[in-house]
Amino acid sequence: MCGLGGIFNRDGKRIPGNDIITMARMMRDRYDGRGGGFAGYGIYPKYAEYYALHLFFRDEEAKEATEEFLKDRVAIIKDEEVPMRNVKEIPKENIVWRYFVEVPHKFKSKKEYLAQEEDYIIDTVFTINDEIDGAFVASSGKNMGVFKATGMPDDVGRMYKIEKYKAYCWITHGRFPTNTPGWWGGAHPFNLLDWSVVHNGEISSYGTNRRYLEAHGYKCRLLTDTEVVAYLFDLLVRKQGLSIRSAAIALTPPFWKHIDKMPEPKRSIYTALRMTYAPAMLNGPFAIIVANRDTMVGLNDRIKLRPLIAAKSGDFVYIASEEAAIREVQPELEKLWAPRAGNPVIARLYDDVREEVIH
Amino acid sequence: MAATLEKARVSKEGEFVVIDAKGMHYPELNVLIEDVINQGAKKLKLINVNGQRFIADGLRGDYYIEIHGVAGDDLGAFANGPTIVVYGNVQDGAGNTMNAGKIIVHGDGTDIIGHSMRGGKVFVRGHVGYRVGIHMKEYKDQVPVLVIGGTAGDFLGEYMAGGRIIILGLQRLETYPEIVGDWLATGIHGGAIYLRDEVDEDKLGYGAKFEELTEEDLAFLRREIEEFCSYFGGDVDEIMNAKFTKVVPLSHRPFAAMYSDSKEAGH
Repeated sequence: MCGLGGIFNRDGKRIPGNDIITMARMMRDRYDGRGGGFAGYGIYPKYAEYYALHLFFRDEEAKEATEEFLKDRVAIIKDEEVPMRNVKEIPKENIVWRYFVEVPHKFKSKKEYLAQEEDYIIDTVFTINDEIDGAFVASSGKNMGVFKATGMPDDVGRMYKIEKYKAYCWITHGRFPTNTPGWWGGAHPFNLLDWSVVHNGEISSYGTNRRYLEAHGYKCRLLTDTEVVAYLFDLLVRKQGLSIRSAAIALTPPFWKHIDKMPEPKRSIYTALRMTYAPAMLNGPFAIIVANRDTMVGLNDRIKLRPLIAAKSGDFVYIASEEAAIREVQPELEKLWAPRAGNPVIARLYDDVREEVIH
Repeated sequence: MAATLEKARVSKEGEFVVIDAKGMHYPELNVLIEDVINQGAKKLKLINVNGQRFIADGLRGDYYIEIHGVAGDDLGAFANGPTIVVYGNVQDGAGNTMNAGKIIVHGDGTDIIGHSMRGGKVFVRGHVGYRVGIHMKEYKDQVPVLVIGGTAGDFLGEYMAGGRIIILGLQRLETYPEIVGDWLATGIHGGAIYLRDEVDEDKLGYGAKFEELTEEDLAFLRREIEEFCSYFGGDVDEIMNAKFTKVVPLSHRPFAAMYSDSKEAGH
């Protein structure tokens, strides 16, 4: 179960959160109130150059400990409580605060240090999640934020006043937890830097993927399988420079019987990707939507064990678990289709949307 | 639900009782459908349908239901007799365990259409997704039929125990132009699949094989294609004038040897 939705404007036009809430609501039969959330890109134009850290604190002590830790690591440009409505359906479990931060001078000014700067932020995030009791980083990208909680997406959206933010890319998730606990941090989207992931299904290869990621310095602390997807995209695309298409060949590769029949050099390329990234391959039933600052991607497991629909209307691209969710916000569509299993549907800023054929 | 709201949603249009489903959650809609049927409606027209699940599920009798919009998951599941015509697409599982009646879809279908069907017919004008016809079965004169105008994805007719599936391939996808996906008829042990094209043997799943078509097969195909064309248009002779591939089980008891000493085994 679980309901996924995504709206992406290819021209970078920002739209309020109402439509993404509607999409989530249309899939209400897919979730049970134990997790709902949203990620929006382009929501903090005034602070676009700073990392926006969204934090959950169980209590004031966790907040103080985190601020103590942060002040030695980053420069806090601005911080404030994330504006929230009281919603009777959701007991307020956490203090939710946001910090706009920059990395200290020694890492700045030189462009080639960008990767180190990003690693530094990742390290900051992992240290908070790992070592400060009762503190959890919900998101850490620039000009974006994750808003999530234990509740129906509709109520979560109202609680965070999602309709007041404007984004060129929105993704949402309504959760039906199966084998991991429901808690605010365990709601989707999962985020690291710019990457956000929403997921329906199970990552049966979690153990293998986790060991592989931990060997590359990632820490899996969120009590759920989905986080490995965000970290795999970060590792393969940001750190190792693979295209989204190549990353998809690594994560959802064609079966060997198909690779063996490919003409050269395609066969060698697919073989190399599949063998190099064998521990990154995602197995099990899943549909995911992954977003970053300029891209939204929809991807299914290789044998299509979860639903996923993509659609296009002018400069808007939509991806969802159900067609009805898309039609409700945009009845007139140029194109609506069910992507083939394992083929990524990629929407990019100032570019078209396409289904990359790898299967 | 308030009676006034129900009244506002229900109207008459000739012999049709019209229900405006806009914004309704599926339990409300299905209760309302039951109400109007209990009040004697035989022909229903549902407008502004968008993803409501379980429409006409378990409905017994000779009703005629038109759906305008996107029919949600499990349309007509366990239905026993009604004719359901969808002017739009259907979501997953239309015709699930249907016993009798017809579902006629003017758009596309997604995954597991005809799941466990045991009678009746489903016609889809466009494409369908994965695992279509999974677990279809038949008994004596109860033989379900699925006819698809476009293409089908992987695992078509998986574990199929009976019934007939026809894929016409009259329209093709840009991203995957073949008439059918991979792992075709995996675990099939009854029934038959007809594909209006050549199909690579590599696509055959475990337990499936190709078989030559007989005169009887061609007569059956012509009848079903005539019905398909009566709903969606098209030239029957033109559609028939093509190479068809027939897929059948290697054995009706493929796993007989696995748990007993029986000599009757698949392969």
